Amino acid sequence: MKTNDIILQTATKVVLFIIVLFSVHIFFAGHYTPGGGFVGGLLTSGAIVLLLLAFDMKTVSKILPVNYIHMIAVGLLFSIGTGAGALLFNVPFLTHAFGHVELPVLGDTSLHTATLFDLGVFLVVVGVTMTIIQTIGEDE
Amino acid sequence: MLNTVVLIAILIISAATIGLIYRVIKGPTTPDRVVALDAIGINLVAIVALISIALNTNAFVEVILLIGILAFIGTVAFSKYLEKGVIIENERDR
Repeated sequence: MKTNDIILQTATKVVLFIIVLFSVHIFFAGHYTPGGGFVGGLLTSGAIVLLLLAFDMKTVSKILPVNYIHMIAVGLLFSIGTGAGALLFNVPFLTHAFGHVELPVLGDTSLHTATLFDLGVFLVVVGVTMTIIQTIGEDE
Repeated sequence: MLNTVVLIAILIISAATIGLIYRVIKGPTTPDRVVALDAIGINLVAIVALISIALNTNAFVEVILLIGILAFIGTVAFSKYLEKGVIIENERDR
C-alpha cells in the first residue's frame, strides 16, 4: 500500500518556521532569561529532525547542503577564537568584553562577545546532534 | 482565592495524568500508549503553566512551548515508525 503523508508535510512547512524562530529567540534571550546556545541548538536540530521525518534524507540534504562535521569545527573555532582574542588585549584567556553600540536601525544595543562564544556552542550542538542522527539514520 | 483555584486545577490535571499513566501501562496496543504519552505531554504543559501561575513567575513560558514542540516531534516519530517501520527514510519512492 502506498502511503501519502501530505498532511504531515504541509503541517511541517508551517511549523518548521515557528520552531526555527523560537530557537533563534531562545538563543538570543540566553543572556537575560532562561535559554542560550545549548537549548537553541537542540531546538534547531529538532526542526531539522522534523524535516527529516516529513521528507527523506536526500531531500533534506538538498534543502540544507551543510556538512555537519565542518559545522562542529566552525563552532569550536568560534569558541576558541573568542577565548584567544582576549590574549591580544593583554588580559587572561576567555576574558569577555562588552559595550553599548549605536547601531543604525536597532539604536542603542548592548553587545557582548559571550554571544559569539554561545554561537560556537550553538553550532557545535547542532552539528553533533545532526551527525549522530544522520549516521544512525542512513544505514541500510 | 487564585491560589486555591490553581491548586484545585493542579489536582484535577494530576488526576487526569494518572488516568493517562494507567492507559500507558495497561493499553493493549502500541497506538494506545502513543496517544496516551502525547496527552501526558499536553497535560505537562498545563501543569507547568499552572505552577508558573502559583510561583508568580514567567521564567517557564519557554518551557511550555518547548514541551509542546517536543511532544509533537516525538509523536510524529513514533507514528511514522508504527506506519512504515523506519523513522528516517533514505530516499522516498515516488
